[in-house]
Amino acid sequence: MSSRRSRSRQAGNNSRITDDQINDLVSKLHQLLPEIRNVHSDKVSAAKVLQETCNYIRSLHREVDDLSERLSELLATTDNAQAAIIRSLLMQ
Amino acid sequence: MDLHNLNPSSLKSRFTTRFLRALTEINARKPIASSSSPREIFQRYRRIKDAADTSMAYSVRSRRTWSKATLWRLRTPSHRRRLASFGRRSSLNKTRTTTTASHRGAVVVQITSRGGGLGVQLEELRELVPGGEAMDLCNLLDETAHYIKCLTTQVQVMRTIANLYSLE
Repeated sequence: MSSRRSRSRQAGNNSRITDDQINDLVSKLHQLLPEIRNVHSDKVSAAKVLQETCNYIRSLHREVDDLSERLSELLATTDNAQAAIIRSLLMQ
Repeated sequence: MDLHNLNPSSLKSRFTTRFLRALTEINARKPIASSSSPREIFQRYRRIKDAADTSMAYSVRSRRTWSKATLWRLRTPSHRRRLASFGRRSSLNKTRTTTTASHRGAVVVQITSRGGGLGVQLEELRELVPGGEAMDLCNLLDETAHYIKCLTTQVQVMRTIANLYSLE
């Protein structure tokens, strides 16, 4: 524990953030990503994880956009009653 | 997605309720001569998208920087936002930290504030996560994880609703 603290102090920066903490956070992120290519999941570099994270967030944004478009077209052709029906279905 | 066993206190449930309510309101605003011009469809698309983002930001239990940033972005008119971001960006460049590389552990961490190492990806990430410009590294990574979790829930629910609507 003390070695971790002295190492981060040597880095000459904010000692509240340790390298291991960052490692943990990065691997936590890695586990959230869709594992399409499940290669050496314990040897992935932080840069790769961050890159994949950015790509994933972008694709999620795109999906939200597409779904919003789809919903806006669907709303144009359905009436209010159905929204109420769906809501009551889900509320049970 | 199993809709019949929805836990009423889950994130998914809270989001679904809010979002459906918003959709009903948007639907009610439809003009009576409802020929859906492309412009109307675009307006509705914007309203639905903003409603989805807002609903999710409101549905998180512990208020996060990203959720607060989302709500602020959607409620503050753009001219006031532009003024605010000038001040924020100038004070940011002094607080980026530099960490030396760690050779222990499976993930090698090398973060600099100028290009190189992870700098570029971090910049990209900051732009993608709402409120990311003002977070330090630890918070950024933590918020990103939470943000991704909420985004996937949002997409799941929106997709289910769209499928339900298109069954007619």
